[in-house]
Amino acid sequence: MTGDQDPVLRLESVRKTFGGTRPGRRAGRGGGAGGADGGGRVVLRDVSLDVPPHTVTALIGASGSGKSTLLRCANLLEEVDDGAIFLDGEEITAPGVDPDAVRRRIGVVFQSYNLFPHMTVLENAALAPRRVLGLPRAEAEDRARELLARLGLGDRSGEYPDRLSGGQQQRAAIVRALAVRPRLLLLDEITAALDPELVGEVLSVVRDLKEDGMTMVLATHEMGFAREIADQVCFLDGGVVLERGTPARVFGEPRHERTRRFLRRIVAAGRL
Amino acid sequence: MTSPNAFPLGKDDGRGDGRDNRRDDGQNDRQDPAKDCGSGVGRRAGRGDRPDRHAAEDPYTPSARRIERERYKRARARRATAIAALSTLVTGLVLVLLVTGSPGWQRTRETFLSAEYARMALPKVLEGLLLNLRLLAVCGLCVLVLGLLLAVARTLRGPVFFPLRALAVAYTDFFRGLPLIICLLMVVFGVPALRLQGVTTDPVLLGGTALVLTYSAYVAEVFRAGIESVHPSQRAAARSLGLSRAKTLRYVVLPQAVRRVIPPLLNDLVSLQKDTGLVSIAGAVDAVYAAQIIAGKHFNYTPYVVAGLVFVALTIPMTRFTDWVTTRTERRRAQGGTV
Repeated sequence: MTGDQDPVLRLESVRKTFGGTRPGRRAGRGGGAGGADGGGRVVLRDVSLDVPPHTVTALIGASGSGKSTLLRCANLLEEVDDGAIFLDGEEITAPGVDPDAVRRRIGVVFQSYNLFPHMTVLENAALAPRRVLGLPRAEAEDRARELLARLGLGDRSGEYPDRLSGGQQQRAAIVRALAVRPRLLLLDEITAALDPELVGEVLSVVRDLKEDGMTMVLATHEMGFAREIADQVCFLDGGVVLERGTPARVFGEPRHERTRRFLRRIVAAGRL
Repeated sequence: MTSPNAFPLGKDDGRGDGRDNRRDDGQNDRQDPAKDCGSGVGRRAGRGDRPDRHAAEDPYTPSARRIERERYKRARARRATAIAALSTLVTGLVLVLLVTGSPGWQRTRETFLSAEYARMALPKVLEGLLLNLRLLAVCGLCVLVLGLLLAVARTLRGPVFFPLRALAVAYTDFFRGLPLIICLLMVVFGVPALRLQGVTTDPVLLGGTALVLTYSAYVAEVFRAGIESVHPSQRAAARSLGLSRAKTLRYVVLPQAVRRVIPPLLNDLVSLQKDTGLVSIAGAVDAVYAAQIIAGKHFNYTPYVVAGLVFVALTIPMTRFTDWVTTRTERRRAQGGTV
């Protein structure tokens, strides 16, 4: 199941609710898991998705449509209620799977950077190689330095995050995620917190990563960028992937009325 | 930052280095002490002046409007100082008259403020103070370690750690609620009463133990507040890198938490410093007990006053240091730093 074209990430009928009680817990073994979500808010109703290797998948959709939740579930930061998630053909939502081992293979970049403020940029980037992969300090720092240089932060490695611009912080966060050499990179609206003139530098990094063949899933409001870089675009609405296809198809000839309405609003806001 | 001072009018004392002037242009000289400390703080605090890297090339001369404004501010500051001095003088005078005019003043002065007894007591009190300082050093260290362990124990997850977690909760609840004096009495008189083999009856050790018991409960809560103040997104970022829960705590959460709680910790340490005087009830000859011996012999309370003043004198630098650390932390946060 690990041929070259088998998906890196695969979601099968993933369901996720927030709040409320788990049916299995309350009903015991007799009741089964059918039906009630215990009154929780359904964020992902039934999401299935394949992410082939060396491709970029863009998740678009209104705020609250579940883009971030989907990414958090894929990284096991949230536990799915139902369905299954596979990484390289191996189910990571199965009981007994070590989440730390899974997360090691998935890099995440957050909207608000979430750099560690008490560490320099270099220490931020070298932390995971040292403490997760167990590399010696010098080797971990070499690896971090090389990545920092590649992303144009070579001269900022000794700085603390609060001395950096938003764009630099976000690039540093990308370096940190890349430092463990992940199989898959999840980007959660990484330009949403940036000043407009800083967005470009971060997006160009993502472009470079695509050149290098990195498999990525990105939740984004930058429709122009999604259209340019993505191999497939998924429009999330009402907890399902309502529309999925090439950017030309989804943006050019959207099939669903809701997609069309969403895109009209985006165009009206000047974002496409 | 070695650029010539671009704003000659920034400060009265003319010892600014360009950076300080800029920073407090708007806020006058109200926070001078804090700022003086701040400029020597270290590599991070010293560089909070990004916008003005090009001050040297800026051919700026202050306008008449600005000069007028500065003059007005200085005049106002002078006036405020004068009023404060006058008001202090009047208040002090009233207090002195009130106390010395009271009917029992003569007698009180002989009993509490006798220079002769003060001279007699001071050496003994200072000798006893050494014990207080030793207690502070040892207990302070034990309190910090035990407090941190308790706080960490409360954050542990998983069924194996349930007893540890429950114990930590019970411990902090109990000793935070128990008055220190009762804790002391129980330990100091209760433990020897058990007549356990090999357990000390030394009042200093027992008194110190009681202090550690109570204070570690306080300090544990301070640490816990610090741990909980670290934003969940920091944890999420660490876990997403594959760091285990323990390593996340060790490398990401605790360093930030400890930095944040340094001011309240110092506050507790000041408190501990004076509470070391309570071991005197166990019969350990510290500053308070030394005073008590003399006071009891001569029926004069002056030694107590001496001991009290010695404690105050010891506490003040510590309090000022705490204030300084607090302002520094606050300012750094206000400047946009997250630590």
